[in-house]
Amino acid sequence: MARVLINLPQRAKRGDIMEIKTLIQHPMETGYRLDNKGVAIPRDIINRFTCTYNGDEVFQAELFPAISANPFLAFSTVATESGELVFSWTDDRGQTQTETRQITVE
Amino acid sequence: MAKVGLVAGDADALCFCRSGGGAAVRCVFMFGVPSAERFGGRQSGTVARAKPCRNSRCDGGVPLRTAPIDGDGADCKGLLGRGDPENRRLGGGAAVIRTTRRTFLTGGAAALLPKPSLAQSKPRIIVVGGGFAGATCARALRRADPRLAVTLVEPNPIFTACPFSNSVIAGLRDIAAQHFHYDAIRGEGVAVLAEQATKVDPQARRVTLRGGSGLDYDRLVMAPGIAIRWDALSGYDEAAAAVMPHAWMAGDQTLLLHRQLEAMPDGGTVVISVPANPFRCPPGPYERASLIAYYLSKAKPHSKLIVLDAKDNFSKQRLFQDAWRQLYPELIEWVSLSSGGKVVSVDAKTRTLTTDFSSYKADVANVIPPQRAAGIAQIAGVADSTGWCPIDPATFESRLQPNIHVIGDAAIAGAVPKSAFAANAEAKMCAVAVRALLRGEAPPPMKLINTCYSLVAPDYGISIAGVYHPSGGQLADVEGAGGVSPIDAPAGFRALEAAYAQAWFQTITAETFG
Repeated sequence: MARVLINLPQRAKRGDIMEIKTLIQHPMETGYRLDNKGVAIPRDIINRFTCTYNGDEVFQAELFPAISANPFLAFSTVATESGELVFSWTDDRGQTQTETRQITVE
Repeated sequence: MAKVGLVAGDADALCFCRSGGGAAVRCVFMFGVPSAERFGGRQSGTVARAKPCRNSRCDGGVPLRTAPIDGDGADCKGLLGRGDPENRRLGGGAAVIRTTRRTFLTGGAAALLPKPSLAQSKPRIIVVGGGFAGATCARALRRADPRLAVTLVEPNPIFTACPFSNSVIAGLRDIAAQHFHYDAIRGEGVAVLAEQATKVDPQARRVTLRGGSGLDYDRLVMAPGIAIRWDALSGYDEAAAAVMPHAWMAGDQTLLLHRQLEAMPDGGTVVISVPANPFRCPPGPYERASLIAYYLSKAKPHSKLIVLDAKDNFSKQRLFQDAWRQLYPELIEWVSLSSGGKVVSVDAKTRTLTTDFSSYKADVANVIPPQRAAGIAQIAGVADSTGWCPIDPATFESRLQPNIHVIGDAAIAGAVPKSAFAANAEAKMCAVAVRALLRGEAPPPMKLINTCYSLVAPDYGISIAGVYHPSGGQLADVEGAGGVSPIDAPAGFRALEAAYAQAWFQTITAETFG
């Protein structure tokens, strides 16, 4: 669907606060713009983002038309155990793009 | 319009100076009715210690006036109220001055003035900063009206021009070709002080110089240029710039980057980091990337050039990228903001640049950091929280301080890019506006033009042109004017534009400094 960038540590100490950065390439079309024929360009945005850590949702965001193209989200969570982080972006058409990253917690 | 050269050069000009730190003895009229406020300040003041001298830079003192030695210039006519209506206005102003001089100058000090009433017949304009904007403005003011006493305050006796400095970096040009001095400007009757302005008091209308002496003005034009924001990029301070040069203010930094490229082994990686808008010379980083790529393709063909950008779009993008594909395939990699190109920290020890998503180890790193208006603009209170200076688009007068105009890269000039061409054009507009305001007239409506040439290779030039006018409180694009070089053009067309670029540089530097 789109190119995503994710930055999180591959290894962390238990209890560490980890910063996680994500970016998805997306036009975030607001629905308020007109094309060169004066016809409204339909709204097409990423409206929801979630991050789960071994199945638990640790971060979620609702996104709106005022958010810029290629939305960049940075957040933090506590390293609790080794496992899997799953990142999901959902657009106005209901399509979801999912990326998975492993982390080792020592 | 009066011809230049009515006033003798500095060495011959008779002037009246006083030592720094004394109370202000200053002009209290602006070609009209003096304000009560201005009088108020004077009436409580004391008389400055004054001494006559024959040099406009007595101990860094203040040239209260510079008059032709024959004393028979425009000043006299103006004061006597003869001639055109403009001169009659001058005469009215002079009457005010004679009164105030009696009030303020002791007999002793007044006796030192050969023609006391002459001294304040010239509105005093100080221009801070001798780059393309400041030097042009000082000169344009004198050319427009030789009665204006124009002082240019610039600490460096030699100006090093940024346009074409990318060619110096790439080893295509000697830095000496970038050097200009102020002799011609001085020769036109501008008092050029090789001094650093350290303070501006907009209420007292006074500029303080390093060492403490002061200069009073009726109007101040600030053309301070840019400063690097050393606090904006983690790890990038002045010490880091000695290892990872910015080369964004031409001079030693330009040569440092050139030497580093020369010393780099073939197969090395050059990384350029580009800040978000606004910054000086929007196409500059991409011209630099092009010319460094040209150098590498000739001298070190196994090397790599990575451009880390805090933007997704840039000036003349399509033209640059087409040329890169054609001339330097596989050599230049441009990483946009949305591909994670924004550099968030650097480490000078390891020459590493870190973005939000990755790290890049460089053999040669050119960090073009975020910028702001130079320090004196912040001190004067003409810069806002963005670090740049909001201005009235018709006059370039500061929106934050009265009687101060800001031109060149330091100004927030709307759609107008921070370029040498724009600085030169703004300076001429500003000079017209300043002169009109001093005469109590409305500045005429003006349009502003900019053209930026970029070299992608020594014989491959591309350009962008724009026309701007005040609209909605900003300088906005004139719809339908300007444009960029055609996308598909033969090599001969690109070669011609490269030659135009050279001609442009000759023309603008001759007009500004020559």
